[in-house]
This record gives sequence, structure tokens and C-alpha cells, in this order.
Amino acid sequence: MTTPNEVTTHAASARDGKQSLMNATPAAAIRPLVDIFETADGITLRADMPGVSKEGLNLRVEGANLLIEGTINIVTEQRMSALYADVRSTQYRRSFVLGNELEAANIDANLQDGILTVRIPKRADLRPRKIEVRS
Amino acid sequence: MFGSMYSENPLLTQFRRLEEELDEVFGSNTPWGGGIRSLPPGTFPAINVGGTAENVTVYLFAPGIDAKKLDISIQRNLLTVSGEREVPRDNEATYYRQERFGGEFRRVISLPDDVDPDKVEASYRDGIVQITVGRRESAKPRQIAIR
Repeated sequence: MTTPNEVTTHAASARDGKQSLMNATPAAAIRPLVDIFETADGITLRADMPGVSKEGLNLRVEGANLLIEGTINIVTEQRMSALYADVRSTQYRRSFVLGNELEAANIDANLQDGILTVRIPKRADLRPRKIEVRS
Repeated sequence: MFGSMYSENPLLTQFRRLEEELDEVFGSNTPWGGGIRSLPPGTFPAINVGGTAENVTVYLFAPGIDAKKLDISIQRNLLTVSGEREVPRDNEATYYRQERFGGEFRRVISLPDDVDPDKVEASYRDGIVQITVGRRESAKPRQIAIR
């Protein structure tokens, strides 16, 4: 019943639907909101990346840069059209410059319910020492 | 600390104005863009709404919430979602950035008039709450066969 022509049309409309829901401005990636805090052992970064699963996450260190990228993976129905969209991209991207005192090789990352937690330890010899005051 | 510095950056202020102007041009032709219940950009959680002939789906970008404590209710075509996101702060730590939202939130979304409040399904995955509301049978487009 379905002619090849019709198949093409359906696929195109499904793609358009997804684009209009999420990709109104395809080039711009979303800058995920972060909390960054430092303790004696290192720096912890938490980023809100809703819609990103482990497979869609790309976390890497390039030289002195920590690069966070993720792809939003939500199931949209075929031929769904956007009625309203706060989120207009399917990509997250943000980068940070790491300091020399941080051990980029020992970064630990965890992704849970759309929150990425990255722990970057400080080099052991550069951790703050408590200086005793002699009375 | 840095947040207040950046908000006074004149370049960013210009960008924000541009964004507002774009919203005015493109946002006003959606039912919610200029709607009386619309909220300023950046409000937690961000929302996308998509529709098909059969149903309307609302996506709430709410990472790290306890989905079981989420309060979702619908009255006619008004969908209300409220809950709380706990963002524990480490008092021992030095904070450089605190951009993430923590606390209670509530959003009211006015859906198209033809939704059926008896047909609602909700799920939570990877920090996104997905709420699907069916449209009323009578409102669905019907194919009319030519005899």
C-alpha cells in the first residue's frame, strides 16, 4: 500500500517535527548550569544535564581544558510538532580551564538523573598543610 | 560573587536584550509565548511541549529530583507540577559557582483545550519528567472516506 514516496514524506515530517521541538537554533549548544566548589582534596563540579544518558555524555580533558559535552536523548513521537520550547537545542557544551595543581589523570565522574558530578583531585604534594602554631 | 559581576557586564546585557527581542518576535505566536502564565527564561524547570493528533506531551527538564515526591495535577487543560529539588551545600567547601537551582518549584502549564484530563501518564528518566496527556476523541482529526 505504501509507496516509496510516502515513506520518504513520513520520515521527513518526523525529522522536521523533532527539529521544531528541539532544534530551532541547531548550531547553539546549551551551556549547562554548574556548581563548582573546592575542598582540601580537590574540586567538585556538578552540572545539570537533563536528558543525557551515559551513552550521550562526552567528558574529556584536552590539554588544560576540561570539556563537557552531552546529547539530549528524549523519545519524541513521529510527527510531533512543538507547541512550546524553553530548550531549543539537543546539545550541551561547556569547558573549564584546569589548574596545574589538579590531577587531570585521576578525574572521577558520575551521572545520575541528569546530574553530572566530576571530582578532580589535587596533587598530593600540593594539598594544603595545616600549620601548627606553637605556643 | 561572580554572578553579580557578570550580570553587570554590558555586553551580556546587550545579548539579553537581543534575546528578549527575539522572544517577542518568535515567542508570541505560540499559545504560551506571551501567555499570562508564561515565566521568564531560566525558570526551573525548563519546559518543552510537543503535540500530535493523539496527545500532548510535556517535558520538564528537572534533573536530580525525587520523582515520587513530585505533585502533578490536572484540572481541565491546566497542568500543575510542583516539587522540590534538594541541592545540598557543603559548608566546609569554598564555592566558586552556584548556578544550579535548589528549593521548591511550581509550574502551571495551560495545554490546548481539547486534552482529556482522564488520560494522563507520567514518567521520569535521565532527569526529564515526561507527561503525556491524551486528546479527546471528538477532537481528533477523522479521515472521511469518499464513497
